[in-house]
Amino acid sequence: MGLGDTFLALASEAGPPGLFPARQQMAVSLGWHIVLACFGVAFPTVIYVMHRRGIVRDDPVALGLAKRWGKVSAVLFAIGAVSGTVLSFEMGLLWPGLMGRFGDVLGLPFAFEGLSFFVEAIFLGIYLYGWDRMPPRRHLAMLIPMGVAGIVGTFCVVSVNAWMNHPAGFAIRDGVVTDINPWRAMFNDGVWFQFLHMWLAAFMVVGLVVSGVYAAGLLRGRTDSHHRLGFTVPFVFGSVAAIAQPIVGHILGMRIADTQPAKLAAFELAETTEGPAPFRLGGLLIDGEVRWALEIPRLGSIIARNSLDRPVPGLDTAPASDWPPVNITHLSFQSMVVIGTLLAAGVVVFWLLRWRGIDLLNNRWFLRFSMIAGPLAILAVELGWVATEVGRQPWTVWQILRTNDAASTNPGLWWSYLGVLVIYLGMTIGAYVVLRSMAKRWRTGETDLPSPYGPPKEETVS
Amino acid sequence: MTLASVVAMAMFVGVVVYALFAGADFGSGFYDLTAGFDERGSEIRTLVDSSIGPVWEANHVWLIYILVMWWTGFPTTFAAATTTLFIPLLLALAGIVLRGATFAFRKYSETFAQARLFGAIFAASSVITPFFLGAAAGAIASGRVPAGGYGDLIGSWINPTSMVGGCLAATTCVFLAGVFLTADAARAGSTALAERLRIRTLAIGVATGVVVFAGLYPVAHDAPTLSHGLRTAASPLLALAAVAGAATLALLYRRKYSPARVSAVVAVGSVVTGWGVGQYPWLLVDQVTINDAAGADSTLVGLLIVVGLAGVIVLPALTYLFRLTQQWNRA
Repeated sequence: MGLGDTFLALASEAGPPGLFPARQQMAVSLGWHIVLACFGVAFPTVIYVMHRRGIVRDDPVALGLAKRWGKVSAVLFAIGAVSGTVLSFEMGLLWPGLMGRFGDVLGLPFAFEGLSFFVEAIFLGIYLYGWDRMPPRRHLAMLIPMGVAGIVGTFCVVSVNAWMNHPAGFAIRDGVVTDINPWRAMFNDGVWFQFLHMWLAAFMVVGLVVSGVYAAGLLRGRTDSHHRLGFTVPFVFGSVAAIAQPIVGHILGMRIADTQPAKLAAFELAETTEGPAPFRLGGLLIDGEVRWALEIPRLGSIIARNSLDRPVPGLDTAPASDWPPVNITHLSFQSMVVIGTLLAAGVVVFWLLRWRGIDLLNNRWFLRFSMIAGPLAILAVELGWVATEVGRQPWTVWQILRTNDAASTNPGLWWSYLGVLVIYLGMTIGAYVVLRSMAKRWRTGETDLPSPYGPPKEETVS
Repeated sequence: MTLASVVAMAMFVGVVVYALFAGADFGSGFYDLTAGFDERGSEIRTLVDSSIGPVWEANHVWLIYILVMWWTGFPTTFAAATTTLFIPLLLALAGIVLRGATFAFRKYSETFAQARLFGAIFAASSVITPFFLGAAAGAIASGRVPAGGYGDLIGSWINPTSMVGGCLAATTCVFLAGVFLTADAARAGSTALAERLRIRTLAIGVATGVVVFAGLYPVAHDAPTLSHGLRTAASPLLALAAVAGAATLALLYRRKYSPARVSAVVAVGSVVTGWGVGQYPWLLVDQVTINDAAGADSTLVGLLIVVGLAGVIVLPALTYLFRLTQQWNRA
């Protein structure tokens, strides 16, 4: 996950006693929640397309898939709702130095996010319980507010993160935060492309994970229309997102030279400012020297600056006390890029061959690839967050607030970190057991999954 | 009335609604926990499932609303509370997480063994969570959260007022849940189940009344500022709570379940509102007033816009959800 590396590298850093466990707890709970958040954002839209197909074409296979996915989303949304609540509490429990001082600067997008979370929770309840209890068209329409809420919610949460990268909407005079304009903070310079990057990532994760589940079925010879359709619809979503993502990522990357040169230097493993700059694939910075990197001349300038010779800023542009942990940032960033490129290439090959009349759904190696595509997309999301968050260090708010000053100094943080690890491990196991058993029962022909406490007669919904 | 007071009131509306509706969801865990083993308890557990299943996530969001309003509108007091009330907030959080996750897991459990495990965690965490939230409220109400934060990690929430707050939160949740579940059972035509729940709810109603009013005694010594407010500005609300509480018991006794829900909501709502009125104008009692705690005006205006939007977007949708689930439960 990249988190293990973070662990090791951050352990050596000095800081207040709460800093290390606070960071780790935030990393674990955010890294865990982001996977479920992806499902909250993108799954309703995917289900909508499937459900709509079922109604419009009177296709029972599509309707059956939509119904199952609705039940899966119920489990995922429930644990996503609570792991999101954990993050809300953690904003205060772990980062009182950030929230106490800047709460009224950065808080407004969270309020809008709360609104969209509300909408999503309400319509999820209606949708899940509305099967066979509402007119079909109206029931289908209940997914639309959920999809819209996913967009608004993503924008708002990412807006806060973008604000940490591009602080705006306030001034500091004599150490006091004044002239607060929360709207300027919310619509800061970084928000649009960061939002787009995460929103596409959500569709990559959901599209590729769900299609991967059906690819596994196809690989085992279950080549019925249920599996083919279950693969294709989410795969289309995953494909569009995977192809658009490198473009958005590239635009986002080009801005970093101006906004956060030290982060770019770490991404590129650039010790000194060079122009034209080479591209360093892999490698580590050890005792001030770059080792084991594969250098490709000029490519660094092309990728980071969109130019043949413009310089890429090096770590020498910032004092050493302002450097992020270089190696984690570099490796996470490049691994994310490599995975993203691989996924984009994979889906392009699939659609090109399909256009030429070759269906890769009959190819065992392609099916194996699409089985791991989902986990790879999740890995890329995790690595991306590690790269951007660790790369911003030692700042929580870029050049405004150091993470040292943001973290709680509470001595109990180790215990809460331990508690988070135990509970999240338990939830992971619980979700795995329950989702596996649902899949197993569906496979053996149980279309209806009543709870053991459910009434003996047909209970169509829950 | 200042801008800050309006925002504080909007936030407190969230507290009241959360206490009522999420409170009832939490309280239903008590009946689930004490329903008896396996088949014997399955009737109540099925009722709990169908009663809170469609609404608990929406009810839960009020907590997010409160937190967001708090840290955006009154940021320094939020940091003061989270650094001081670290332990009860963490324990409440653990309860919230376990409750939500295991409720979903139980619904789709394959075997009784799984359902028993998830169900026990769901029910137990439902019961303890309100206690810790109530204890945290008691800490604020008794002036134990210092303005600068990092107050006493233990003493801030282990003290008479916090214990009263915790017990009060726990019992009112169970009481509300009892009234709602009894009404749901009666609507669904399960008369025998409704009878069983009715008896238990009556007993719990009496216990809740005792906790609420006996609790005033330790609070009078431990939290003079709050107690003064309760005896003056908030006294009509406490009287209303007493009347509505007694009316709820009478209505339950006479099997008028639908109006009993209304009076129960009024009773508990008055108690919670009484706390808010009692500690006005303090946000952190004896430490920071609402006006002094408020963030920038431009942000407060932004928050009120969000509240307005919530009124336009969320409330109709929420009403729709509640109406649909009531229809479905009747069917």
